[in-house]
Amino acid sequence: MSGNQSVKLIVDGKRLDGRTLNELRKIRIEVGVIPEADGSAYIEWGGNKIICGVHGPRECIPRHEASPFRALVKCRYSMSPFASLEEHGKSGPSRRSTELSKVIREVFENLILTEEFPNTQIDIYVDVLQAEGGTRTASITAAAVALVNAGIPMRELVSAVSVGKANDEIIVDLGKLEDNFGQSDMPVAFSSRDKKILLLQMDGLLTKDEIKRALQMAEEATTKIGELQRKAITKFYEEGEGEFVL
Amino acid sequence: MVSEMMEIVMQKMRREVMEDMLNRGDRLDGRAFDEYRPIKIQKNPIATADGSAYARIGNTQVLAAVKFDVVAPFPDRPTEGALIMNAEHLPLANPAFEAGPPDENSIEMARTVDRAIRSSEAIDLNSLFIEEGKVLGLFVDIYVLDHAGNYTDAATLATTAALLNTRMPKIENGAIVRGEYKDYLKLRAIPVSCTSIRIGKNWLVDPTEYEEKIMETRITIATTDTHVCAMQKGKGWLTKDELFDNIDVAFKKGSELRKILLQ
Repeated sequence: MSGNQSVKLIVDGKRLDGRTLNELRKIRIEVGVIPEADGSAYIEWGGNKIICGVHGPRECIPRHEASPFRALVKCRYSMSPFASLEEHGKSGPSRRSTELSKVIREVFENLILTEEFPNTQIDIYVDVLQAEGGTRTASITAAAVALVNAGIPMRELVSAVSVGKANDEIIVDLGKLEDNFGQSDMPVAFSSRDKKILLLQMDGLLTKDEIKRALQMAEEATTKIGELQRKAITKFYEEGEGEFVL
Repeated sequence: MVSEMMEIVMQKMRREVMEDMLNRGDRLDGRAFDEYRPIKIQKNPIATADGSAYARIGNTQVLAAVKFDVVAPFPDRPTEGALIMNAEHLPLANPAFEAGPPDENSIEMARTVDRAIRSSEAIDLNSLFIEEGKVLGLFVDIYVLDHAGNYTDAATLATTAALLNTRMPKIENGAIVRGEYKDYLKLRAIPVSCTSIRIGKNWLVDPTEYEEKIMETRITIATTDTHVCAMQKGKGWLTKDELFDNIDVAFKKGSELRKILLQ
């Protein structure tokens, strides 16, 4: 995080893409896009295109990992080699994707009623097809919907968004340039009912007061995202599978 | 299978006993809830590195070593040196550590320490510029030698201590002259991290391995004198108010840790 002040990210209270400080990018969520999976969702969030499939509860492999008390939650977050404007990326797990798989799994371990499905595992696969900043928060938002679609019981829903600081202003839903050249980035996930913090990471420099303000804005934004998730789920069960456009 | 079931039952018993103790205000090793185990730092134990440090918190022992190499800069930051961190959880450090490529825990630790150091802006990456197309790569290798809980804070301590004792190599004709130095690396901030866990309703700073086995939530908060420079929630969940309390604790403990580093 360079906190590069020479890069103007905010002019007259407007961001590079015309958004206000607390405005979200456009979000579209589709449910049940992969009929072969037990549950699935597709999310378009600004320039992010992410597809998520859930399999399970199913037999735990390897078997010796199985718990007689609960289901294991497993998550694989993966970024396609063509997902960014830069060079062709490496396929296969990277240090970044390994860390993100872990923090995403740790969100859902708090929510899924794993004790209902002993000796099984639940797989959450997230594939980023196109990336424009904020893929981990969009992934969590999509995975929550896919888990609902798979019929896996959860304590509550979860919605995630990234907040941060650029040109000394606290902003919501950082785009790629704001992520690269801003002063701080803090991805957060809130549970829908109890407002528990389920994901929290942060880099860059923030004071305690700035963190307070940013979290407040994140909480408001995730409430809006939660409504979109609910709408997408309701639409799927009322109207059935729509035409899925990537 | 029998021993596995035994372990699971024992785990539940440990948690219940521990929760009762904590609710009475007692911690297993007699520490206060916001007290670190004894901390020791040894400067420059590795003569072959450009800077190194050994940090010990209780029985948790971590070695960090710094080496410089000439590398090509990142295309979007042509005048900045590169900071590259790697961590090894050595299999000798704990029966749970396995040989082989880094697992998610050691990657998470390395990336958390990396964010703390990088975000603190302690290192002026522009000072690592050599000439067009050539910059210094600052490689930090973190070796966890003994894991008795809270390796992240020990790793941040060892890394910052190593950087405080890192000498800048002499450069001639765009290459490093090994074994010759000009001066010390200058740090603009002293980042340290503070890890807390929750068991039941109690929050504990600097968990032992025993406490980590039954923790419900873990959060690491790295600070400089004035700012939070990295955060990483591990297992579990917390409320906003619990986070703000933990930030206060991280600043308070941070100034104690910085004092130890600067001794």
